[in-house]
Amino acid sequence: MRLLFLSCMLLSLTGFANSMYPLDTPKQEAQFNYLLRELRCLVCQNQDLADSNAGLAKDLRQEVYELVKSGKSDNDIIAYLTARYGDFILFTPPLKAVTVVLWFGPLLFMVTGLLVFWKTCLKRSGDE
Amino acid sequence: MKKNLWRMVPFLIFMVLALFFWRGLSLDPHEVPSAQVGKALPAFKLPTLESDKIFTPAVLRGHVVLLNVWASWCAACTEEQIFLMELAQKGVVIYGLDYKDHPNDAKAWLEEWGNPYRSIGSDRDGKVSIDLGVYGAPETFLIDKTGVIRYRHVGVLTKEIWAREFLMRIKHWEAQA
Repeated sequence: MRLLFLSCMLLSLTGFANSMYPLDTPKQEAQFNYLLRELRCLVCQNQDLADSNAGLAKDLRQEVYELVKSGKSDNDIIAYLTARYGDFILFTPPLKAVTVVLWFGPLLFMVTGLLVFWKTCLKRSGDE
Repeated sequence: MKKNLWRMVPFLIFMVLALFFWRGLSLDPHEVPSAQVGKALPAFKLPTLESDKIFTPAVLRGHVVLLNVWASWCAACTEEQIFLMELAQKGVVIYGLDYKDHPNDAKAWLEEWGNPYRSIGSDRDGKVSIDLGVYGAPETFLIDKTGVIRYRHVGVLTKEIWAREFLMRIKHWEAQA
């Protein structure tokens, strides 16, 4: 999380923070740019809020900007947006009962694959 | 024998995945489930388009109503307007939310395409629409008598969608006290 935050601080050179959305501290600028990269534009779904030119993305950028400016935390802002648009607005889905398969499915597949490999191929060479 | 059973496992997994992906082909990723269903309408206070009255959730109370989010700049909105007019004539209560629009443009548009709305809130800066989780016009919300959002449809409201998604729900929520 902190690493992400730091890398976004570096990225903020290319971010929005400079002229259109003036913020008081570099920390707020970093937060603003981090959030815009984490949030999905709902109109053009594979773009983040930072890149999108859709009307709604602009409005949501403004909304996030005002929330950051008023000193809200990442969690507050994300809660504000997910209450309105659902988890879909996040690029990283939260770990919940419905997303367990999404998060641990790949691990499950790998373990199953290894198990099958062990039970068939490796066992055979042992038998022969 | 046992070994052959193990060999079936990857094949079975493949089948399950194939089924999921097959199903995924016919899902529309633009249909984002609403986080607002089951919640009360957010508090809002908007000027109405037609008079100097105020448009608030209280206006909608007491009936099962539709809240249709539209705009004069929205091309798809013209497609559903004829159907909304039909519904209004049949007695369905429809309210409008004019999304990020200039009142004059909106009035001219209603002259041209017809006005099925009991009343229209003018959401010029789109803030109320953000509170409602609107991400594209047209959107149609079904709201019960107590002002709780019960269903949301994104996109043009057609006869098929009306029959499939709205009729049963309206009946159900009409029956509630």
